[in-house]
Amino acid sequence: MRALTWHGINDVRVDTVPDPEIINPRDAILRITSTAICGSDLHLYDGVIPGMKQGDVLGHEFMGIVEEVGPNSSLEVGQRVVVPFTISCGHCFFCQQQQFSACDNGNPVENQDASEKLYGHAMGAAFGYSHLTGGYAGGQAEYVRVPFSDVGPIVIPDGLDDEQVLFLSDILPTGWMAAENAGIGPDDTVAVWGCGPVGLFAVQSAMIMGAAQVIAIDHHPHRLELAARFGARTINFEQTHVDEALMEMTGGLGPDAVIDAVGMEAHGFALDNVVDAVKQKVGVGADRGHALRQAILAVRKGGRVSVPGVYGGMLDKWPLGAMMEKGLELRSGQTHVQRYTRDLLERIQRGEIDSTFLISHCLPLEEAPTGYKNFRDKQNEWTKVVLRPH
Amino acid sequence: MSTDQTSDSAPLRARKDDKADGFTYVGRSVTINRPRHELFAFWRDFQNLSTFMENIEAIEFTGPDRAVWTVRAPAGTEVQFETEIVDIVDDTSITWRSTPDSPIKTEGRVTFADAPGNRGTIVTADIGYTPPAGDLGRVVAKLFMAEPNIQARHELKRFKMLMEAGEIATPINHRN
Ligand SMILES: [Zn+2]
Ligand SMILES: [Zn+2]
Repeated sequence: MRALTWHGINDVRVDTVPDPEIINPRDAILRITSTAICGSDLHLYDGVIPGMKQGDVLGHEFMGIVEEVGPNSSLEVGQRVVVPFTISCGHCFFCQQQQFSACDNGNPVENQDASEKLYGHAMGAAFGYSHLTGGYAGGQAEYVRVPFSDVGPIVIPDGLDDEQVLFLSDILPTGWMAAENAGIGPDDTVAVWGCGPVGLFAVQSAMIMGAAQVIAIDHHPHRLELAARFGARTINFEQTHVDEALMEMTGGLGPDAVIDAVGMEAHGFALDNVVDAVKQKVGVGADRGHALRQAILAVRKGGRVSVPGVYGGMLDKWPLGAMMEKGLELRSGQTHVQRYTRDLLERIQRGEIDSTFLISHCLPLEEAPTGYKNFRDKQNEWTKVVLRPH
Repeated sequence: MSTDQTSDSAPLRARKDDKADGFTYVGRSVTINRPRHELFAFWRDFQNLSTFMENIEAIEFTGPDRAVWTVRAPAGTEVQFETEIVDIVDDTSITWRSTPDSPIKTEGRVTFADAPGNRGTIVTADIGYTPPAGDLGRVVAKLFMAEPNIQARHELKRFKMLMEAGEIATPINHRN
């Protein structure tokens, strides 16, 4: 089959690789109909996530048609499904708590050692996202092997296009969980850093959850405009002092909740960011954290900080004093996708959530390298890229 | 085997000095979301051990409570040793040690205890060993000592996967 493979920093290629097969009883094989490039794939593209090997197949947002099933899969050949990016067994303590991304059993034991040293506990597993999260082949390919296919994939009813449901696999539940983690109440002001796909879904989710005011922060005019379409007020951080604007837009109180949908590759030329960027380049496992620092300083006393943005390593100059003195709550984490898919699918069916507004480009799989390059370099116009392997 | 405490409540395998009675101890605890009885019964049927212990080549019973274990060692070599069960407490623990004639001196215990709430069962393995001298010693040293805890850790995690998920996770995409 054809698949998008990683070969090094800024080097992804479409190669011919062997078709996947059923290995374990709960496996299914999917024929991929649509797969997206995720903002977090750019961390792999930029080489800031360790644990990648040459030839690894990328892609963790995908959907397709069931082609083959193992004896313990609950899926049936021919069903159309969206697959959560988190590979979760459904039976461990964490899965039972609906903390699916913390599943104990998805990450193969040999691949658990590195993150166990790094984080104190082994990471959960994901598709196409380095050997730290299991070393599984991803879905930017013609076919993919889906482990635990009886708990993850959600069957899509007829009458919904791929574009309407594809993002159930990652960015839609990620944006939703980001808003949920911000603990939004009806009179709240929520500020969202980053109007990439996750940030925009967080804006939309915060609106649905009843926030009084959502303020979206970015520097790409088109992305800010997309946020404004959902009723958000906007701040362009290239033109405006974010901290001052937030104070003025909240009557001197500060936002009740803040969401960092930027993550470790924050752009911009704030001094702390430049220092962080240098450290990241010399490879000491450091993250860039300007957006997160700014969010923590901006949030009101006793406010909530939600971190859906991906961080991988260490961050220094952490505003711990502000955190403690202001009495903040911090919630974060990889998305517990399986917890949200059913509810979000119903909201899509009711027309409550629009997930198609984001897609700017649909490309055949063969053009995936162009998709990666433009999604990173032309963020204003290339808001979301969908690849079509078939 | 010695799992007595000294001045704190930490298990012997977590102590900075992990040697006692001439043994080196390795081990690990995992919490498995299954009933205690089920886990004990699976482990008690020793033939099952090779389903999650990847290094076991063969288990041959030489008596009701005695078995010869053939274990794969690095560089295509094999190590054999014989053990006997010294104590079994139903649904609670299994304790074994090497027979006097065995070329490797080892002893171990696996215990099964209820986890708090509905978290299932805490399974703990404590394995003590003394590598023999000579060529065999070097092979065993490689087998056990390169990273003594890794093997125990991996095997218990595979046991957990098999018991909870019904299969052992792998990123492998192709049979054979
Ligand atoms: Zn993603
Ligand atoms: Zn699980």
